Amino acid sequence: MKKKKIGFRPLALCYACLFYLFLYLPIAVVVAFSFNTSQLNVTFQGFTFEWYGRMFENVQLMQSFFNTLIVAAVSTLLSVILGTLCAVGMYRFKFRGRETVSNLLYIPIVIPEIVLGIAVLAFFTMVKIQMSMATLIISHVTFSMPFVVITVRSRLAGFDPSVEEAARDLGANDWRIFRRVTLPMILPGVLSGAMLALTMSLDDVVVSFFTTGPDSMTLPIKILGMVRKGVSPDVNALSTLMILGTVLIMLAATFFEMRMEKKEEA
Amino acid sequence: MKKKSNKIPFLSTVSPAIIWLILFLVLPLLYIVGISFMKKGLYGGVIQTFDLTAYKTMFQSKYMKILLDSLWLSLKTTGLCLLFGYPFAYIISNTKKKWKPFCVLLIMLPFWINSLIRTYGWNSILREQGILNTLLMQLGIINQPLQMLYTDGAVLLGMVYALIPFTVLPLYSSIEKLDHSLLEAASDLGASKVHVFRKVILPLTMPGIFAASVQTFIPSLGYFFITDMMGGATTMNIGNVIKNQFLTARNWPLGAALAIALIAVTIVIMKLYTRVGSIEDMV
Repeated sequence: MKKKKIGFRPLALCYACLFYLFLYLPIAVVVAFSFNTSQLNVTFQGFTFEWYGRMFENVQLMQSFFNTLIVAAVSTLLSVILGTLCAVGMYRFKFRGRETVSNLLYIPIVIPEIVLGIAVLAFFTMVKIQMSMATLIISHVTFSMPFVVITVRSRLAGFDPSVEEAARDLGANDWRIFRRVTLPMILPGVLSGAMLALTMSLDDVVVSFFTTGPDSMTLPIKILGMVRKGVSPDVNALSTLMILGTVLIMLAATFFEMRMEKKEEA
Repeated sequence: MKKKSNKIPFLSTVSPAIIWLILFLVLPLLYIVGISFMKKGLYGGVIQTFDLTAYKTMFQSKYMKILLDSLWLSLKTTGLCLLFGYPFAYIISNTKKKWKPFCVLLIMLPFWINSLIRTYGWNSILREQGILNTLLMQLGIINQPLQMLYTDGAVLLGMVYALIPFTVLPLYSSIEKLDHSLLEAASDLGASKVHVFRKVILPLTMPGIFAASVQTFIPSLGYFFITDMMGGATTMNIGNVIKNQFLTARNWPLGAALAIALIAVTIVIMKLYTRVGSIEDMV
């Protein structure tokens, strides 16, 4: 069995490398052009760090960058709180309409994003609420919260209820049980839900496009407006810094996770 | 004890999420259904009278063609994503245990860099004076720059690029769950590699394939920004039409009716899907 695999390995390795190349090629291009002397993002003329200084002068660009971060942070926090509470409640209490709640939570997962985007836009227009950062955050929470519920619920599925009972018998109240017993046990689920929510918020274009106000544009929406006219290299510079930040955070997270796993094993 | 009925903690846990979803999901969706039966306002918005014009317009051949073209594009996208994604998912789920988290991380990483920025990278590669054309001309393979950007091929490439991580992840987790003793048993019993794949691996990973298809197909229906950035002026996806009706043409009822068509397609797909798999496999 093992001998047969020899012919297969180099080919597999090649394929995997080509696949990753495909995934990372456009990212590499964005990075490369951030060091380009040419004003236009067309041909590579020479190497410069100029755009890394210039981008700070581009007030609108910096604003959209901060908007992206604020929206991602706030919507993730809200999704995690709402989603975790909901998952714990659904696990602990039997109630009529549990099925319905489950199905309700599936809607944002399966619905095409554009439908959610226009629905929120139309609805807020009807109730005369202007699109702003608040509507942007609201729409992001709507599509990411169900993912938190699902990751937390799948963690709760393997949860031994007798531990909670023991805590109660020892005199702990609901809140104390939640903080000292339930929360530590579901924490990995909560964290992976948070990661999903953050990822989706940062990656979202479609929903944001409809629910953003003129002053709360996120970076992708800003770039979308610039593409046909040509994007200036300071956008590449900012994107490169974001990529760098992302890589560092992901590496730190993986490192942290590996250490936690080791601890759990020990 | 576990399933006791206790109103206050119950209300404080489940109801915030429910109220949120009713307010910001259910009501807006119902309103979209409502709008589709209304008359369009002169300057955008709607006039609240019952009217079927939106649906009559939608069933004109022009919009039906766009809808069918979009479905076809999404189908091609899904097919290509499965074709290229499956072998890749298979390979990374068979790497050494040590390397797996790293391999998966490398698929997740691009998600953190907004898909629009990544698509813009392709834009730089494919455009008339872009990297690929420059390279081909310098190598003497072509004399004239090729028209690569703003074509249907570019749109398909952009779609596959944006969606293939969504295909790979569910495939990976289902291939990962394969019981390897079954494969060994099959080959010990004399099955060839092709046979093992067709009779054992493929059927066992079918739930993953279904989940991956849904995960790819449904989002692809609304990705208007890919057609915006990679397609020509005439390339229209259903997503672009809906977007235009809401933002430029200001025919909200028509946009809403088209959105209902998308919802209908989604419901049909989910009905088919839930016969063979669960939604939780998709996360």
